[in-house]
Amino acid sequence: MKSRSQSARIALYLKPLFMNELRVENLHVAIGDQQIVRGLSLAVPRGEVHAIMGPNGSGKSTLAKVMAGHPDYHVTKGKITMDGEDLLALEPDDRARKGLFLAFQYPSEIPGVTIANFLRAALAARLPEGEELEATDYYAKLYEKMELLGMDRSFTSRAVNEGFSGGEKKRTEILQLAMLEPKYGVLDETDSGLDIDALKTVAHGVNTLRGSNIGILLITHYQRILNYIVPDHVHVMVQGRIVRSGGKDLALELEERGYDWARAGADEPVLTR
Amino acid sequence: MKTENKAVDIDRNRGDFAYPEVHIRDAGRGLSEKTIHYISDVKEDPDWVREFRLRGLKTFLEKPLPTHWASKDLEAIDFDKIRYYLAPGSGAKRSWEEVPEDIKRTFERLGIPEQERKFLAGVEAQFDSEAVYSNIKKAVGEQGVIFVGSTEGLKNHPEIFRKWFGKVIPIGDNKFSALNSAVFSGGSFIYVPPGVKVKHPLQAYFRINAESFGQFERTLIIADEGSEVTYMEGCTAPKFETVALHSAVVELVALKGAKLQYITVQNWSSNVFNLVTKRGLAHEDAEIKWIDCNIGSRLTMKYPGVVLKGRKARGEVLSIALANNGQHQDTGAKMIHAADETTSNIISKSISIGTGRATYRGLVHVPKHLKHCKNNTECDALLINSTSRTDTYPAITVRGTGNAVQHEASVSQVSSEQIFYMQQRGLTKAQAMSLSVNGFVNDLVRQFPMEYSVELKRLIELEMEGSVG
Repeated sequence: MKSRSQSARIALYLKPLFMNELRVENLHVAIGDQQIVRGLSLAVPRGEVHAIMGPNGSGKSTLAKVMAGHPDYHVTKGKITMDGEDLLALEPDDRARKGLFLAFQYPSEIPGVTIANFLRAALAARLPEGEELEATDYYAKLYEKMELLGMDRSFTSRAVNEGFSGGEKKRTEILQLAMLEPKYGVLDETDSGLDIDALKTVAHGVNTLRGSNIGILLITHYQRILNYIVPDHVHVMVQGRIVRSGGKDLALELEERGYDWARAGADEPVLTR
Repeated sequence: MKTENKAVDIDRNRGDFAYPEVHIRDAGRGLSEKTIHYISDVKEDPDWVREFRLRGLKTFLEKPLPTHWASKDLEAIDFDKIRYYLAPGSGAKRSWEEVPEDIKRTFERLGIPEQERKFLAGVEAQFDSEAVYSNIKKAVGEQGVIFVGSTEGLKNHPEIFRKWFGKVIPIGDNKFSALNSAVFSGGSFIYVPPGVKVKHPLQAYFRINAESFGQFERTLIIADEGSEVTYMEGCTAPKFETVALHSAVVELVALKGAKLQYITVQNWSSNVFNLVTKRGLAHEDAEIKWIDCNIGSRLTMKYPGVVLKGRKARGEVLSIALANNGQHQDTGAKMIHAADETTSNIISKSISIGTGRATYRGLVHVPKHLKHCKNNTECDALLINSTSRTDTYPAITVRGTGNAVQHEASVSQVSSEQIFYMQQRGLTKAQAMSLSVNGFVNDLVRQFPMEYSVELKRLIELEMEGSVG
């Protein structure tokens, strides 16, 4: 059972205090006839970093994909809004151009399309019709962001994710985040598959981008990354809903006590599969 | 679960325009000896050409359609309804100012930019069956390069023309080479003297502009010993209600140590039958390279080939085919090794959209007595929709020892995950598709001259615009 104070704390996040927020309300998601997300609510205001932690199969990645508009998932109930606008009514590319970015857990390869050309096309898609990207400005920015992420310039001429190591893929995701400057960034397991040096570099990149202009939702299985990207709030997700929310210390507590402890905090008995 | 990419109609209006034209000379519809005599009379052919045409007609009438291996769709061509010769009243023009206004407008719509004209060493543009504009920059002329229409070539340079004409592709090579031999008009004749390296590509634009009018251009290019030349050919055609037939013959000869490159970007409207025979003859240490891009048409059958006649000769075919709804691109390459140490390379990429079908046919022949010959063949197909189709028919005969052959083929699909990933970066589905397709052909396109790679990218974008639902 959840304590009254915990419920009150959760309720606080749900209050529409900010218009500038990425907001999920009572979200239910199914893939086929299987319910993956069951009544999840969450709000990430711009300027904050929120972490969602959860065990495998808790529905974390589904949440990320649904936010971005993946066609395989069906929202059966609930709302997702970005700065008050209904995201579910928009195509994935509209959501992206309006300022939602998803760093993929498993980014796709795009054979033959270089990182430079890909990002250029993505940026050009955000410009009003008739306007063109200034090539010199573009490359100056690209090189600056690559330096931030410790990426060699030769990377720009490699095809997107083709033959990349796990770490290179994750860095490339963060490079795209840095270049596209979204209002909200959802980082899905960006820490998985990274060695400690790569993790530090990626974390440094994200920390540099942090600020009042961006809200970040960090989805992770492990507490480790939160040592480097310190969140403002931590949520624990189990069986398709948030079962606990708290400050950054919640992650440490969870690390110590395990997901069973968090699960026990859910206000309904949790079915084990 | 899977996202369906529904194919919808493509807006092909871009190439579908025609200006009213006046044809003073018209051979009428249908094909008979009378038609041949009419063409020969109008063109004031020498007797040997008239005889050549008549032999072509005879062979054409004797040969059956190759439907035992090729598409039955060929039977839809009504040869009696086609006009085989038609020329605007004006002769070949020397300066741009003399080119009629409406023809200039057509060129404008084709998007031949002013600065490109300046860049190009010479422009030979075919409008209907006669060259209306031909201008060779002084530099090329001073090097002794001949770049004229085929009619002018056979009249003014018979000593070179006759020696090679019909030798690489004989009349009876196939039914359509016979047809072309009977009624050919237009096309280019190029001769590059020994040791001359032509810096800029020579370029010709072709265009069909009369209903039911088959275009039968004939091109002959001879690169003499140690010379180098690149020829570029591009086509767009307006759309008409009835069937249009394009059946060209292109013969290339690279003498000892010469390098000859022939580049084509064709964008036909979707009712055109494009049945073309292209072959090159590479002598000792010579190199012939075909770069061939086929977009549009109802049915294209084209297999550029190289006969590697001399020791150490090299042949290469790089091709891209894009088959959209209702279209069939039946393309490939032929490499005939006929001397020791000859090498050939074939890279073919095809994209099928909607109900489009791409067929690769490859012939590689290395006889038993040859030594140290090499062939590499790669063919990759990309399918966009679940209704898209691709077939591969490689015929590779490599006999004897010490010859090496390598063949790789792949079929891939643009995955819905890949499209979603690109959409998440802000690209529309159509932009994502066209970027994927451009990526697929990118390693080939990079080898093209700059202006052609840009044009090709634009054409692919245009084709992909309507391909997603």
